[in-house]
Amino acid sequence: MQTAATAGIHETAHHDHHELSFVRKYIFSTDHKVVGIQYGITALLFMFLGYGLMALMRWQLAYPGKPIPVFGDLLLKVLGPDMATGGIMSPDLYNSFGAMHGTIMIFLAVVPLAAGAFANYLVPLQIGAPDMAFPKLNMMSYWVYFVGGAIMLASFFIPGGAAKSGWTSYSPLATVADLARQIDGQTMWLLGMVFLITSSLLGSVNIITTIIQLRAPGMNWMRLPFFVWAQLVTAFLLLLAFPPLEAAGIMQLMDNLFGTSFFLPTGLVVGGQMLEVSGGGSPLLWQHLFWFLAHPEVYVLILPAMGIVAEIIANNTRKQIFGYKSLVYASMALGFISFLVWAHHMYLTGMGTKISTFFQTTTMIISIPSVIILTSLFLSLWGGSIRFNTPMLFALAFLPMFGIGGLTGLPLGFSATDIHLHDTYYVIGHFHYVVAPGTIFALFAGVYYWFPKITGRTMNEFWGKVHFVLSLIFMNLIFMPMFIQGLEGMHRRMYDGGAAYSAAPDLAHGLATAIKLNVGISHAAWLLGLAQVPFIINFFWSIRNGRKVESDNPWQATTLEWQTPTPPPHGNFTRPPVVHRGPYEYSLPGRPQDFTPQNQPD
Amino acid sequence: MPAAAIPPLDMEIPYTAEARPDTGVYNAKIGLWLFLASEVMLFGALFSSYILLRVGSPEWPQGLLSVPIGALNTFVLIGSSITVVMSWLALKGNDFGKFKLYMGSTILLALLFISIKSFEYHDKFTHYFVKLKDGTELTGHIEGRPFNWSLAKLKASANAPREIAFHPDAPKQGEPVPDSTHQTLRLPVEQIAKLESFGPWRNTYLAIYFTLSGLHALHVVGGIVVMLYHWGAGHRLWRKSREQFTNRVEVTGLYWHFVELVWIFLFPVMYIL
Repeated sequence: MQTAATAGIHETAHHDHHELSFVRKYIFSTDHKVVGIQYGITALLFMFLGYGLMALMRWQLAYPGKPIPVFGDLLLKVLGPDMATGGIMSPDLYNSFGAMHGTIMIFLAVVPLAAGAFANYLVPLQIGAPDMAFPKLNMMSYWVYFVGGAIMLASFFIPGGAAKSGWTSYSPLATVADLARQIDGQTMWLLGMVFLITSSLLGSVNIITTIIQLRAPGMNWMRLPFFVWAQLVTAFLLLLAFPPLEAAGIMQLMDNLFGTSFFLPTGLVVGGQMLEVSGGGSPLLWQHLFWFLAHPEVYVLILPAMGIVAEIIANNTRKQIFGYKSLVYASMALGFISFLVWAHHMYLTGMGTKISTFFQTTTMIISIPSVIILTSLFLSLWGGSIRFNTPMLFALAFLPMFGIGGLTGLPLGFSATDIHLHDTYYVIGHFHYVVAPGTIFALFAGVYYWFPKITGRTMNEFWGKVHFVLSLIFMNLIFMPMFIQGLEGMHRRMYDGGAAYSAAPDLAHGLATAIKLNVGISHAAWLLGLAQVPFIINFFWSIRNGRKVESDNPWQATTLEWQTPTPPPHGNFTRPPVVHRGPYEYSLPGRPQDFTPQNQPD
Repeated sequence: MPAAAIPPLDMEIPYTAEARPDTGVYNAKIGLWLFLASEVMLFGALFSSYILLRVGSPEWPQGLLSVPIGALNTFVLIGSSITVVMSWLALKGNDFGKFKLYMGSTILLALLFISIKSFEYHDKFTHYFVKLKDGTELTGHIEGRPFNWSLAKLKASANAPREIAFHPDAPKQGEPVPDSTHQTLRLPVEQIAKLESFGPWRNTYLAIYFTLSGLHALHVVGGIVVMLYHWGAGHRLWRKSREQFTNRVEVTGLYWHFVELVWIFLFPVMYIL
């Protein structure tokens, strides 16, 4: 850019540079990289909040009915005596925090981070595009997400508090939980969800169009980095699975505000009184529509993580990832089958054994592509000379952690074993292994890995490793004991952490010990929070003070995002890239270097 | 000026106007088709809910909506999807005046659709169900055609009437004719146990009818807003890039056809079946 051949061009560039005000450049920006960073920062803040809610709930579970130290007074001041008398978490508050922990972590933290931040920043770079196909829609997608998040946050402070019927918002509970109030937490939740769904619609249309239309010359389908494939499948899932939840949300909103009975059965009795509604609705209908979104959502959470891990493993083993094509086809199969497994969340609803058998079968089938992907990633390590840097450590830990999460899902997928395990802490352990030490570790890996491209500086290796080791230990100390609690039959939604079981000590003798695990789990959860302090400091400190990278390609990677200036300017590439080879040409014999960038001509 | 040395600093997004050779389409067309795929899932979920609710209900009300009015509205929408194609063809033939004419007619037809629809909606909110304390159930109209009364509203109003004049509905074919038909009943308010209009709360059929047709009407309104923008401010883009403006009208037409298609399903499902 500085060496532009003619003064005229230089002037135009200069002019463009000054035309953008601060607001247009950093707040209402249409640049995919800025939008990606906005998504990333907002989602990380929400993740911190989601963790905070859980940390407070863990106190109530470990020491039921005792005032919360330090934060109890704060809760009392902010939320009022209805919610936290004397600093003790009320049952309503516990329910609110539980519902909002799930909602925030999934819809406001992990998905926006995985499919908003990483996809926005990296997909156009990796396919050699100057920006997204619809930059204005991209900006809108972030701001709509922001409004949705603001509505969710505001709902904590309205009378009655935030939604308290779980992140699943099952009807009729969601409708009757706050009957006395016209606008209750659930209504806010539904309104917030409409914004979040709109945001994900705008984002997914944009990602898919960008990948189809804006690939650089020579970037054919089988030369796309696996990360791009993962994001493509993810975007299709978001595009097609979210609208049924929107439909369900509209119907529940009608139930809440206009007295319809979509999900309210005839003869519903609430608080000893027949509910004055027309009835004739179906609570099962809500569950079907909800899980039609929420099961594909699981793959929305995991696929981008697999994409990130694949990139980092290829780079740090210095070899081609094993079975690139299998990975691509497996992720497509995963995406497709994920639309056919939703009712395995509903074995105990009385929907019928024949339907259960069908969904049990599809659920077992979907484990095949998952295992193909995980196996390919494991086999990619074979014969590699592995660099154990921080991103690689997180990526390596992802493999067994996601493995545990996936394999513990099988007993839940069988309708017979699910009878015992359903709604116990086993389920909580299972899906948290998938998402917390699974997806979130992959996201951490991604942050450490692409940080030098975004800022031009690397994060501190030592503190990165401290962050990794402590997170790995505490994650397992939190979620491993939950399997034991669940196998003993401890129910997942108890406000007192299972203290009520002591009323029947003979019936539940194993539970007496299982309950005691609560204290250890809670301490591990709080220590996990402390373990994030090195990350937070490292992150902000390194933006200004980290070690400067010597080149635009510090990891010596092959994919296109590393063949740009650092950080990439508006428009990304100094000259339009042309792709000559596949994404992972590492350590090929007879080459001058052990990596060959995709845009390097033969 | 050496062309090869120009860095792409002006940053044009490729394929906004012309089609990409290997995919054969421009960006907005793919974007719109993807959006429609998502819309299919949205309306698909609602239609599926309709089926599930109907299959699970012991009785399903019929004949609550006027088929001729629904048919009229169907033809209005079909007409509008013809004119929207004509407006695109006019642009293809470089005739901006004709485009304004056809786009204008599309907007007018869409507005006509909304007017007829709101007339139908209004009709439901002035139609009442009454249950008396002795167990008698009646449907019909209240004299003066008040809008969306309920018992609570009636009792709370300042000059609450002591009784209401009620015109019961004519019985359906084959049903016995009760004595009360064709005469005005005077119903004392204190004898009424329940009073509600035929709004979405009345029964599951009306709930899904208002939800589906309301969501569809919102799509019509959205279409009107976009088409008004093309009609009023389109000449600016037309002067700058004819191809891009023509593309925009094309994808607007695609969307409009989808809105029309939804109605083609809605009409038989809600009015006839």
